[in-house]
Amino acid sequence: MPLLPRKTALLLSSLAAALAFAGCAPKDASAPTTVKIGNLASITGKDASFGQSSTKATRLAIDEINAAGGVLGQQIELIFEDTQSKPGEAAMVVKKLVTRDHVVALIGEVISSRSIEAASVAQTLKIPMLTPTATNPAVTATGDYIFRACFIDPFQGKVLAKFARDDLGSKRAAVLTSTSSSYSTGLSKVFVEQYTEAGGEVVADQKFAEGDKDFKAALTAIRAANPDVIFVPAYYTEASLIAKQARELGITVPLLGGDGWEAPELFEIAGDAVEGCYYSTHFSADSTDPKLQAFVARYRARYDGATPDCMAALGYDAAYLLVDALRRAGSTDPVKIKDALAATRGFEGITGRIDMGPDRNASKPATILKIQNRKPVYVKTIAP
Amino acid sequence: MTELLQQLINGLSLGAIYALIALGYTMIYGVLRFINFAHSEVFMVGAFVGCYIGRLAGSVTWWSGFGALGAAMLVCGILGFIIEKIAYRPLRGAPVLNVLITAIGVSLFLQYGGQLVFGATPRTFPELFPVRHFRLGGLDVSSNQVIVMIVTVVLLVALQLIVKHTRLGTAMRAVALNPQAAQLVGINTGTVFSFTFVIGSALAGAGGVLYAMNYPSIDPLMGVMPGLKAFVAAILGGIGSIPGAALGGLLLGSAETLVSGSQFSTYKDAIAFGILILILLLRPSGLLGRPGVEKV
Repeated sequence: MPLLPRKTALLLSSLAAALAFAGCAPKDASAPTTVKIGNLASITGKDASFGQSSTKATRLAIDEINAAGGVLGQQIELIFEDTQSKPGEAAMVVKKLVTRDHVVALIGEVISSRSIEAASVAQTLKIPMLTPTATNPAVTATGDYIFRACFIDPFQGKVLAKFARDDLGSKRAAVLTSTSSSYSTGLSKVFVEQYTEAGGEVVADQKFAEGDKDFKAALTAIRAANPDVIFVPAYYTEASLIAKQARELGITVPLLGGDGWEAPELFEIAGDAVEGCYYSTHFSADSTDPKLQAFVARYRARYDGATPDCMAALGYDAAYLLVDALRRAGSTDPVKIKDALAATRGFEGITGRIDMGPDRNASKPATILKIQNRKPVYVKTIAP
Repeated sequence: MTELLQQLINGLSLGAIYALIALGYTMIYGVLRFINFAHSEVFMVGAFVGCYIGRLAGSVTWWSGFGALGAAMLVCGILGFIIEKIAYRPLRGAPVLNVLITAIGVSLFLQYGGQLVFGATPRTFPELFPVRHFRLGGLDVSSNQVIVMIVTVVLLVALQLIVKHTRLGTAMRAVALNPQAAQLVGINTGTVFSFTFVIGSALAGAGGVLYAMNYPSIDPLMGVMPGLKAFVAAILGGIGSIPGAALGGLLLGSAETLVSGSQFSTYKDAIAFGILILILLLRPSGLLGRPGVEKV
């Protein structure tokens, strides 16, 4: 026991001591009452749509698991933290969750840049972290405690470059990259490589910084280069403003994006400007898979009829994936959870079959969606 | 050539908004001799007022557009009046540094208060005016860009008329020249200060609506960057000078847009502040400012 105060000290600090004992209780007791899992995401700020979708579905999954009896004979307690879409916040939140709340594993963050930040802290503290949606390769490269439930950007970039060349028949592509986001620079690098390799030409390579609102200058330069397609590896906030301003400048070619586009706000802000554009993602709510449809129905029932997007589907899968690992580990020991996660094979998630690769990345197919009448419509699935 | 002209159009419509915000900075500095750092937050409040009115209006007509613009100017004018009354008036006669720190405090208060009231998540700004696109040769101009420029010019001319041809304007110029002497000849400096704040803040409110119309995603921290840029524009043109603020805004907007469209786009903010440093080094009073205007 950390505290064995003498009688006098006990008298003086009875309240403080009582609080301290209360705080230690779950850890010290022989049978803890709950399994604590930390969940960190951007619930507010510019990437809020991702964090909200993802955590809503994670919460839904955990409630289902608890209703079915929990894990290891205990209920799961999900502890939420908001990273506010701010740099620096993710690292702080992980420290808090691990050292103060004593979580046994983490689900999150949703954005690549902040996941990289969170991953380095989780790795140092040796707590397994499973990001549902961060696609930048550097996230899991941080160390052997970091996993992800989604595919990685090199794959996504390759799929999009191939789609732009073969399916859209484009010859000239322009790229508009955010220099301050790992997600954007990673995707754009692979896209440019693969597109050029496939015989296409990248005619304009413009840059912006996160938080920019005026893209007309870069778009005017792109318009002058006369591309067949514009690749916009940005998150929805910027992508929708870019689409809107592109149409204002009379640019009519389709824009192409990654899973960062996946948010209802895209259609709300951009409106008709994104009609006929394409993006790659992890799943389509149109799919006829009964398991997926059952999830869509449960999500709608719980969240006022909202249709789950890919962030929700991945948040849901991440929760089940982690609980599956906890079951197989048979313990809440972080080392055992980590080993069980690494040994995941043939896990049937709603976003597809998940096999954890040697580099702790899930190997999964990508889905291409086209925007028609302000709704994403399924185009095709491209396997790894 | 088309590209350059298009960039100039983009730059001028951005610069026009900077000019509107810069006018507020410059007026308040001109009369009260201090930089109101909360100005960029008044700009943010203007955008949110425009957003709520636009949502209320439902349909997109010219009336809803000008209604939202007017409402934003009115609310921001009142906000400016309250800010002056509560935060700055008690500090009259205090050292400049105290007022400056208060201004930063008011600014932070509005930023984080805004997050409480409006939420931290970015909002979609509704369409206020019917949108049309014009094609002139190879140039594309949207009706929103035209509205920004027309509204700026109208407000600029109105401001110039108020300052040059009304009794209050004359009083403002007198206070700007010498507050003590102005008081001695019977000018109510308190009224002049309030009036200056109301007008400056109303201009910021208009700027907020116009900015959000062109970049329709708004959040409580949206004022920081445009506010800083407009501050640079005010210094560039010569702080205290109304035509200077307009010129500074247009120059800065154009420069920023031209840099954004080039290969050096990542440096566009650096260039804005580079301009500030250069101006302070080479011509501290700004392009249209008169040196030695500070007399007490």
